[in-house]
Amino acid sequence: MKRLHLSDIARPQLLALACILLLNWLVFPGFFTVTWQDGRLFGSLIDVINRGAPVAILAVGMTAIIATRGVDLSVGAVMAVAGAVAATAAVVGQPLIVTLLGALLVGLACGLWNGALVAFLGMQPFVATLVLMVAGRGLAQLITEGSIVTFSDPALIFVGTGSLLGLPMPAVIALVLMIAAHLVMRRTAMGLFVEAIGTNRSAASYTGLRTRTVILTLYAFGGLCAALAGVIAAADIRGADANNAGLWLELDAILAVVIGGTSLMGGRFSIPMSVLGAVIIQAMNTGILVSGLPPEFNLIVKASVIILILVMQSDRIGELVSRRFARLKLRGKS
Amino acid sequence: MATAEGVVLEARGITKTFGNHTALKGVDISLRRGEVHALLGENGAGKSTLIKILTGAYTPDAGVISLDGQPVSFATPQQAQALGIGTVYQEVNLLPNMTVSDNLFIGRQPSAFGLVNRSATDDLARKVLSQYGLDIDVRAELSTYSVAIQQIVAIARAVELSGKVLILDEPTASLDRHEVDKLFEIIRTLKSRGLAIVFITHFLDQVFELSDRVTVLRNGFRIGSEPVAALDRTGLVRMMLGKDLVHHHNGPVEGEPDGGDLLMSVRQLGLTGSVQPLDLDIRKGEVVGVAGLLGSGRTEMARLMFGIDVADSGALHIDGESRVVRSAREAVSLGFGFCPEDRKADGIFGDLSVRENIVIAMQARLGWFRALNRDEQLEIAGNFIEALDIRTASAELPVKLLSGGNQQKVILARWLATDPRFLILDEPTRGIDVGAHAEIVRMISRLREDGLALVVISSELDEIVSYSSRVVVMRDRALVAELHGADITPARIVQAIAGQGVEGAA
Repeated sequence: MKRLHLSDIARPQLLALACILLLNWLVFPGFFTVTWQDGRLFGSLIDVINRGAPVAILAVGMTAIIATRGVDLSVGAVMAVAGAVAATAAVVGQPLIVTLLGALLVGLACGLWNGALVAFLGMQPFVATLVLMVAGRGLAQLITEGSIVTFSDPALIFVGTGSLLGLPMPAVIALVLMIAAHLVMRRTAMGLFVEAIGTNRSAASYTGLRTRTVILTLYAFGGLCAALAGVIAAADIRGADANNAGLWLELDAILAVVIGGTSLMGGRFSIPMSVLGAVIIQAMNTGILVSGLPPEFNLIVKASVIILILVMQSDRIGELVSRRFARLKLRGKS
Repeated sequence: MATAEGVVLEARGITKTFGNHTALKGVDISLRRGEVHALLGENGAGKSTLIKILTGAYTPDAGVISLDGQPVSFATPQQAQALGIGTVYQEVNLLPNMTVSDNLFIGRQPSAFGLVNRSATDDLARKVLSQYGLDIDVRAELSTYSVAIQQIVAIARAVELSGKVLILDEPTASLDRHEVDKLFEIIRTLKSRGLAIVFITHFLDQVFELSDRVTVLRNGFRIGSEPVAALDRTGLVRMMLGKDLVHHHNGPVEGEPDGGDLLMSVRQLGLTGSVQPLDLDIRKGEVVGVAGLLGSGRTEMARLMFGIDVADSGALHIDGESRVVRSAREAVSLGFGFCPEDRKADGIFGDLSVRENIVIAMQARLGWFRALNRDEQLEIAGNFIEALDIRTASAELPVKLLSGGNQQKVILARWLATDPRFLILDEPTRGIDVGAHAEIVRMISRLREDGLALVVISSELDEIVSYSSRVVVMRDRALVAELHGADITPARIVQAIAGQGVEGAA
């Protein structure tokens, strides 16, 4: 049904990723080395997709929210809440299914709360989700009673550190989630509805769309994704840290979506491209780590690369460049 | 001329173009000391462009403005203000979270050593407002007062700042009758103090009540400037709508009046502050034309029928049931469609493709799960692109790249794809070039012949006359007349709009 064009491949995001990977290889020649050990793959490249998975999962949920001109600032805090719920459940000996369901349901509830504030009370998404961004951490601290709750349930730990077909579990989960979400958006009419609402919400309600229900659903899904990321993050360190789990990751997730080409002004979106954005961010993080540069550089380098990508996507810059080209062409003719 | 003595502000040959759209073409206007000058015209006539030029928000492409006989040009509203021209916009643009006296004197408070002297400011504010008969706590936040008082504060500020010319852009739009009286009293006082006042409104009563002279704009041209005393209501409406009443080319739609089966009856449908309760029968295979000036309640009536606004009285009787439409979704499920007046804000999805714009209402009706696949969408879009002759390079083009007429056809196609039985078209031909205009008018007749029931709102009387089986007229938020058969002529419609039903009928 869909044909692949050269222009689909030569997206600025893919070029950026290629550049970053190349730079990583230059500063750390072993970057592309992947080895097989104990039935799973190891190497910096594998590390990128493993470490990048939580932000990728957040970005999956964040994409459609941003496409409706919204934003969810609470996902980092919801990660902490879900991690705390999972850890507490594991400590009291609940089976994995109960632990997971509990954490996901809490995430869903958080998402529904956000969605209700935005869709039905008409609050600005930024402010509405700020509430839970702050309150969520408090909630997580209440659940963990202020300490780091550690657990040793091997089934839960497997979610964060195990592997499937040689690939790390977090990356597998992120990939499956991305494909599932993409299919739901593009094989049903959900994607069209989201883009219609993001492009012109007033016109969308004139066509008889249930705009509020759609928006509520998207925030609920965002909460669910955040909970999943929270469980993975907790399983990875075998404990729930209410203060630090998912800290500032909402910003990475927003960034991943924006790098993926979804505008904060809403409209067109692509979930796979957002996941690619998350991989780009993690490739930078890992690159700085393996290059031996002090991690302080991480933030500055990240900021520079982000500015570069955003400038490349900016309409005004595009206009300037094309005008420049037009002028050059004119000069060539005369 | 003797009267030219009193001219404060004069503009001659003002022309302004935006892109390839000419908003004003050689417009003249002169304002005299101590007069209230009404500026009238339908949407898009050029009123707001003219105001923005007089107040320095826009620079004209051609023409001269002179103040007290001296040619002037202002690059910013601040310069115009400094020279004596003040404006109060419809939406009061003051600072609601600051005090009344701050709003009056912000930026020029009496101060000593760089510190604002609060009590001096407040005293001054009290003194200024007392001239307007207002005795309020000037230290309270502006937002705690009614719109009417905020408006007076805005006027006081504008007069304090400028003091020669005061421009009031629809000042009465959100006021009740009592507040309007109060405002008029203030305007008359200012007039007697020698200010030239420009007054923009859609209410003809107010024009006759308050104004000394009227200037009418239409399609960027000045139609005329007349003393109010020399005009009657019919004459004024005629100037605004541009009706040459001598010839009446298009006869009313032939065919049996009240012929089709009844689709629905609207009974006492109304919304407080928006539309007074109205009755209307709508039949299959019939076009009900809706005439009325801007602000007459014509769009509000459509919004009630389609559930964009929810009526607080009355109901629709349809399919043997009586119901109030509470959402657009409900209206769509009843088989209604609505092409809104503001195409860009409420109609098109600019960045989405023509295909997506056409299938969206149908898909919304099917729900998210029963998705039309791409081939089905292309087929539906392709059919309508052909049937309505939508000029687009491809169905995948973003709809914002199409011309206004083609965008309108896309929205029409969107509704036709849902197989509706009742369509509301609000100003379907506004801002559309002549060719597409004729096509849309033909399309309306064709849909009627296909058995659809249509309600079409338009300011173009020729147009209404040419396709309507019946015409209803709205005035002052109420349905005031229903015209049938031989009565459907531009002349009769103008009379009904002006509220002079009997005069000139012979």
